[in-house]
Amino acid sequence: MTASSTAAFATARAEGRAALVGYLPAGFPDVPGSIEAMKTMVDAGCDVIEIGLPYSDPVMDGPTIQAAAQQALEGGVRTQDVLRAVEAVAATGTPTLIMTYWNPVERYGVERFARDLANAGGAGLITPDLTPDSGGAWIAAADAHDLDKVFLVAPSSTDARLEMTTRACRGFVYATAVMGVTGARASTSDLAGPLVARTKATVAGWGGDLPVGVGLGVSNGDQAAEVAGYADAVIVGSAFVRPLLDAGSDRAAGLAALRALTEDLARGVRAG
Amino acid sequence: MSTGTPGGFWGPDETGHFVSGDVQWGGRFMPEALIAELDELTAVWTDAMADPEFLDEFARLLREYAGVPSLLYEATRLSEHAGARILLKREDLNHTGAHKIRNVLGQALLAKRMGKTRLIAETGAGQHGVATATAAAYLGLECAVYMGKVDTERQALNVARMNLLGAEVIAVDSGSMTLKDAINEAIRDWVASVEHTAYCFGTAAGPHPFPAMVRDFCRGIGDEARVQVLEQFGALPDIVTACVGGGSNAIGMFTAFLDDADVRIVGFEAGGDGVETPRHAATIHAGEVGVLHGARTYVLQDEDGQTIESHSISAGLDYPGVGPQHSQLAHLGRADYQPVTDAEAMDALALLARTEGIICAIESAHAVAGSLRLAAENPGATILINLSGRGDKDMGTAIEWFGLASSDVDPGETPGGAR
Repeated sequence: MTASSTAAFATARAEGRAALVGYLPAGFPDVPGSIEAMKTMVDAGCDVIEIGLPYSDPVMDGPTIQAAAQQALEGGVRTQDVLRAVEAVAATGTPTLIMTYWNPVERYGVERFARDLANAGGAGLITPDLTPDSGGAWIAAADAHDLDKVFLVAPSSTDARLEMTTRACRGFVYATAVMGVTGARASTSDLAGPLVARTKATVAGWGGDLPVGVGLGVSNGDQAAEVAGYADAVIVGSAFVRPLLDAGSDRAAGLAALRALTEDLARGVRAG
Repeated sequence: MSTGTPGGFWGPDETGHFVSGDVQWGGRFMPEALIAELDELTAVWTDAMADPEFLDEFARLLREYAGVPSLLYEATRLSEHAGARILLKREDLNHTGAHKIRNVLGQALLAKRMGKTRLIAETGAGQHGVATATAAAYLGLECAVYMGKVDTERQALNVARMNLLGAEVIAVDSGSMTLKDAINEAIRDWVASVEHTAYCFGTAAGPHPFPAMVRDFCRGIGDEARVQVLEQFGALPDIVTACVGGGSNAIGMFTAFLDDADVRIVGFEAGGDGVETPRHAATIHAGEVGVLHGARTYVLQDEDGQTIESHSISAGLDYPGVGPQHSQLAHLGRADYQPVTDAEAMDALALLARTEGIICAIESAHAVAGSLRLAAENPGATILINLSGRGDKDMGTAIEWFGLASSDVDPGETPGGAR
């Protein structure tokens, strides 16, 4: 399989820039609407797409993503719909991952989920509430299907955990730049730079080559440029959800705002 | 005192799992940002439980401040009615009105030991919130309590108590606006505040070490009762019972009896309108294996693993998950878990009030109702019930259920009552 996000990071690196990773939940505002929005993000400059699997108890998400996920669930989105969205977005050639809390995967069946995700052309999973030390079943299934395993590191991660986590990752490692839930912030965190430096030093220490993406809080091109100065990827979530929430039923306006934001962020990752 | 060996056969193992067959219950499904803190909490707690000074301070606080050990009381008129000998462990008489004070004093002392200045908590019925606010006031800590908006309305009295104790009560209006959403919101707070804040978790659920830690702070209930029943009656009870929401009072009672093979252990879950309807909270009876709030356990969930909203007349049992050790005990067959409907619980509440002059919490009334059923099946048996809390907070619900405000209806004569 060649769906892995590795290729997108290699391309960005060859161009001397950071990659832009964009998130939207599937099924928001509805399944076709979310696919159209994600294709817009691809078209306007996202290098990797993260599709959120809406979940009833999203403990790592702030109010913006909670509201979108809630709307998706009320609209009746199913796990199968998320896999269909992966298929549609991955068909653009852009690496597409699912970001999901653990219970929906366990419920679907870990091996079955990995198989269906691979068959849909998906790159892998980002797992905000599954750490490698609890993730044996997922690691085995992902390895069997050649899928990316993106685990998170945080400012509070010990050196030992940084090593354990980065060794378990495939594709990239997701550095949560702030101690807190998802949501756009006025300024990026001063914890991000040191965390990326520690993570890179750890990866170099065990002789690996793993891109480090930074997420949580980025909402405009200037912030993206700042983060791109030290990270391999800028991960943006809530800021992409916001224009669609604000536009409500005026979908054309929502997509136009989403395109403008993506272009601004894409400029940012090239300026960093 | 007890022959129970938690941490040994019953678990958890060093990775926080309660094992039964091929299922590893519990564990730690949490954001990486909190893992270092959970590791530190585990280390500090383990160290404290081996520190005689900490244990003495905990015991002194329970004795001098919380009114522990609680009484073991033979309910003779209820026994006559039931046809079995009913013994009540009177946790309703503890300071703040429930068993919750035991857990909270333990966790608040740990918070002090870790140098934390702020406590956060989630609460359903408000009992854990009141207990946490009380401990925070007593130890001079800041306190914020997350409570589902629905629960703040049905437990307004406890909201007022928390405010009077100096705690901030934050009404949670996401999701189903009940206990599970209050837990989500408290976790979100904790991810951002963990440096100075301790999360005083209110039940024996959640990620390791909470299920084991909360159990061990509550296990005095069963340890005391076991000694009391042997001293007062010269024999162990035939059956030990408790209500189960998250399951802290139940595991606190059951732990001392786990190794007494002849003692039957039964937990009563909230059956709501009936387990044949969608409106209940009978997680073990009707749920399936999943992961909720950091632990593998039985969960009320749909085909896609989305949590299903639970229902119970009692806010404290209105939770779609359950502590992982209860899942283990159910899976092993060491304990049974049975549903009790809203109506059965309210009938039992009235009966206990009329026969014994004790108004218990609606949560605890589920244990009384289920035990009356067991009494009918086991005439002459000795049944030890954990009467986990008192009913002052539930008067609003009782007034509505029994129609007490509108006329002089006799709840004893109107089973089911006016809804």
